[in-house]
Amino acid sequence: MARRYELIYIVSPDATDDQVSDLHNQVEAIMQRMGGALEKTENWGRRRLAYEIGRHKEGTYVLEVINGTGELMKEIDRRLKVTDLVIRHLAVRVDEEQQVVERSRTRRTETSRRRRVARVCRRTVSRVKDSAARVKRSATIGLKVCRRWNDERT
Amino acid sequence: MFRRRKVCKFCADKIDDINYKDVKLLMPFVPERAKILPRRISGTCAMHQRKLRTALMRARQLALIPYTSD
Repeated sequence: MARRYELIYIVSPDATDDQVSDLHNQVEAIMQRMGGALEKTENWGRRRLAYEIGRHKEGTYVLEVINGTGELMKEIDRRLKVTDLVIRHLAVRVDEEQQVVERSRTRRTETSRRRRVARVCRRTVSRVKDSAARVKRSATIGLKVCRRWNDERT
Repeated sequence: MFRRRKVCKFCADKIDDINYKDVKLLMPFVPERAKILPRRISGTCAMHQRKLRTALMRARQLALIPYTSD
């Protein structure tokens, strides 16, 4: 059962671009060995840290979205822990949360759609009633006119 | 004095996903001391405050948001 994880790691600002991509390749190699799939990878570039980690004030953020098992994530976690270049990392399981988000979103659109339909229905009914009343009114007026003509002729 | 009724920002704006990567969304809930803004001040509903809390704590781990500041 594959799960989706989001992995973010912060690489030390001293690292060169080559080292960052090398790290990415290492993660990918582990993934391939343990049967995971990389869904998305994003390099946020160098950002200021909100607080100092070690003695670093900046860091390069890399985000990877991974489809894989818990074992795989354990291995990646272990590897990132021993890598000195990575100053902080966080892996979060996201598939369940995404499901919840999607469900609530569909529920919201569904209810709003149903409300809209109900509103349109109500409006149509009232319009039909209106026009029926109008027809009835004009019919009674017509009847009156006819009667008057009839009276005048006789 | 009439005080405006507070409403949950996430309910009002229909934000389903409170993501820890979305610093711009989280920043209004982090006052100057960098503590999490309580519900009684922000007016966030209970469900969204819980989600907000997890998001803020994850963002803190990644140094996107400070733990403390003075």
